[in-house]
Amino acid sequence: MAQQLRPSKPADKQPKIDWSRRQEAENFAETVKLFRQGKIDHDMFRRYRLQHGAYGTRMTDDYAMVRIKVPAGQIYPYQLEKIAQLSEMYSIGSAHFSTRENIQLHWVILEDVSEIMQSLADVGMTSREACGNTVRNVMCSPMSGVCKDEIFDATPYALAIAKFMLRNPICQGLPRKFKFNFTCCEKHGMIRIVDVGLLPQIQEIDGEKRKGFKIFLGGGLGNRSFVGHQLEDFTPVEDLLYTSMAVIRIFDRMGDRKNLSRNRMRYLVDQLGWEKFQNLVLKERAIVKATQSVIVKLNIDDSVNEIQRPISVTDESTSIPDGYARWQKTNVEKQSQSGFNSVFIGLEAGDITANQLRSVADIIRDYSAEGFARNGFSQNIVIRYVHDDDLTSLYSKLLETGLAKSGSLTMASAVGCSGTTSCNLALTNSHRLAKEVQRKFLELNFDEDDDLRDSTVKISGCPNSCGQHQIATIGFYGGGGRHETNMFPNYTMSLGGKFDEDATLGHHTARVPVKRIIPVILKIIELFKENKQPDDTLAKWIDRVVKGNESSKITSVEDIKKAIAPIIVPPKIEDEPDFYMDYGSDTNYHTVTGKGECAA
Amino acid sequence: MCCMIDSDIPIINSKILREKLQENSIRIVDVRRDQEYQQGHITNAVNLPLAKLLADDSPEAIQKIAQDLGISDETPAVIYDDTFGALSSRVVWALQYIGHKDVKLLDVTFSQWKELGYEISTEVPEIETATHSVKINSEIMATAEYLEKVKENENVVIIDNRERLNYLEQHIPGAINIPYRTLATDGKILRTKEGMKTLLKNRGISEDAEIITYCGSVGTLSGLAYYALKSIGIPNVKLYVHSFKEWKSLEKPIDKQENANYWDLSAE
Ligand code: HEM
Ligand code: SF4
Repeated sequence: MAQQLRPSKPADKQPKIDWSRRQEAENFAETVKLFRQGKIDHDMFRRYRLQHGAYGTRMTDDYAMVRIKVPAGQIYPYQLEKIAQLSEMYSIGSAHFSTRENIQLHWVILEDVSEIMQSLADVGMTSREACGNTVRNVMCSPMSGVCKDEIFDATPYALAIAKFMLRNPICQGLPRKFKFNFTCCEKHGMIRIVDVGLLPQIQEIDGEKRKGFKIFLGGGLGNRSFVGHQLEDFTPVEDLLYTSMAVIRIFDRMGDRKNLSRNRMRYLVDQLGWEKFQNLVLKERAIVKATQSVIVKLNIDDSVNEIQRPISVTDESTSIPDGYARWQKTNVEKQSQSGFNSVFIGLEAGDITANQLRSVADIIRDYSAEGFARNGFSQNIVIRYVHDDDLTSLYSKLLETGLAKSGSLTMASAVGCSGTTSCNLALTNSHRLAKEVQRKFLELNFDEDDDLRDSTVKISGCPNSCGQHQIATIGFYGGGGRHETNMFPNYTMSLGGKFDEDATLGHHTARVPVKRIIPVILKIIELFKENKQPDDTLAKWIDRVVKGNESSKITSVEDIKKAIAPIIVPPKIEDEPDFYMDYGSDTNYHTVTGKGECAA
Repeated sequence: MCCMIDSDIPIINSKILREKLQENSIRIVDVRRDQEYQQGHITNAVNLPLAKLLADDSPEAIQKIAQDLGISDETPAVIYDDTFGALSSRVVWALQYIGHKDVKLLDVTFSQWKELGYEISTEVPEIETATHSVKINSEIMATAEYLEKVKENENVVIIDNRERLNYLEQHIPGAINIPYRTLATDGKILRTKEGMKTLLKNRGISEDAEIITYCGSVGTLSGLAYYALKSIGIPNVKLYVHSFKEWKSLEKPIDKQENANYWDLSAE
């Protein structure tokens, strides 16, 4: 076959910020050695390891999970290629895209972590302060800059905050981890469930239009979850840094350092009461401003990204590939820039192989007019600035590499934390369960059902909420159940969680055995279909049910409980042995956990 | 020195090989399948499909193969494949096992050679058969029996070169895991000497250790590790040629990473 001539590719775009510091890799190698020789004690080493972005792994001291930070989610093709290589060399040949725009490599031998850090430095990336009691990866909506509802692009501010905080002495030993989320609009970001959430605003002050933010403080998910409070009507961008510093200083000073389970900032807010906390922040901000000996400023790089459509790679074959319409409907968002689209690549619970990462890198080069991609919020990848005319061709490329799953923007793309695949605290295999749910939903074409589109399914493997189950329309967290003398994986289901302007945490509804989760979800959807209003969506209907505002046959959570009760009765073990096994396991379930280190 | 290839450099740089192509005194061996070889190979290379070697790798069979390929005790040989050096490493090991001294890997794969624009040809060179002796180099061979005997020794390091998930699922007790991919670097089938040394140092593997490598079944992935270690001057490296497949079939003890569903993290 004749080789198709292609214009040579433009040189890769380079990121504007180098996050790495090479010396840290060597230090890490040295420190691991000292630890192995017993010259550093376990606790001290753990703190050090977490500070550098390496978590422990389930049931072993030999392996680590390396969390690579991707500030504001901006990721470049050659960085993806490097991660592909690292996953094959030091991990399991797949990488994981997390819900906080990090990329994680699992089951890495502790002694190899420094080599990963070296290689990350080659491409300007870091894992520093990805874990530990620090400012974690600063997130920004994947739609920032292209969202139809946004007031201005928050990305440069997110990057500037990330840069200011990284390795900054003011946040190296906080009482607990600390998270910033920037968004474009209410719908696309998760600003009310983090320590600091920021929504762009413009206000006219003295006839002059000024940029600023609505800032939400003290939200967060966990064993106890809270929705953030708005600090003030409007915070001008000039005050962004001062406000952030003020909040961090107060948290640093007053946060609970003793009680591990109550040391996130939200507990401090809860304990003081919002008004008091709010006052403290405003006062502290005034002091921060007034007592600066040197002017500290955020380094905002407002320069416009170059948008240049790569030379068209569309081949002659004009036929539209099978499945295109479905994929397009459920994975593509139109941008505010006419003619351009953002393409959401759905992964199964965030997992992607090394070869797929390489294909994604090529696809970004060939199709994205901005030359890089964004990590999404739901374990996915977003390729933006794809021209209308290139969508079918891009879809074919995704088909070739096995990444053309539909439903990325719908309920079908279930989120699942690591669970027993690698996490020390896990009680259940939430990761595999999310994959099973997604496969079932796609098989049933749920992604194409508009009624279900704005709903979500999110799953955690224990009450710690890494899978963000409390903000899901239908959320689950893992635990163990017992029938007679036998244990089985048993999830707690919550309904009606939301993270938009009236953010609500899901309502605990029932405990559902793992092998009944899919039937229970199907039952709820069936009830909804029977009782819905003409223009209803599942999310709206569940919201009404949970709040007692629904007037059909199902008026409350109690009614849902009644309807699913027959499904969740445990069978005798002789009748259904599979019921007593978790997904991915062929032996009877029992709970095993190691020493957790979520605090550090 | 008899040959044109500096025998201190363990791996042949493609540029140097290219300069030597016309000199008929080195034997270049292509270990891909016959059909692939026929469609084009490095100029002057002869073909030894790996399957042929694996079908019978008794010393006598290896001797015959060498002789048929025109490799005498004195002939410098260079081996290449189109994967990442694993297949050719296994051939290198076999030749060394019958006592051949001057045999090396090419530092790039056939595809990379082509991409570099270097000479390829479809012509099959005439082979004059040669005489090769058999002086078994038992130093570089490990059997299951041997492995079992020495595996507890303090100075012995067993390296499993399979991918991480396979290793987690089951491995020889006490073995450590260095997936074969770890041995390579951008565009070259092996790391630099320095890179290799750093890896060993980080893992706490002494260069004086007796190292035994193994992989899934026929000693290819571990052959690459064997070669990589030899090439940086580690004196005592052995290949457990029949590897984990045999170990399992002999029902020897196996270790496993328990209580974790790591397979479910893979997107394969
Ligand atoms: C008490 C302990 C822990 C708590 C309270 C906790 C809390 C959380 C929360 C709330 C998130 C959601 C992300 C967000 O803020 O939007 C998260 C994410 C995450 N956490 Fe934890 N965590 C804990 C321990 C751990 C441990 C031990 C691990 C495993 C090493 C872990 C792994 C993760 C991962 C992988 C994510 C990203 C989720 C994803 O896969 O997309 N967490 N954590
Ligand atoms: S929710 Fe629990 S199981 Fe899941 S990652 Fe967090 S700590 Fe682990």
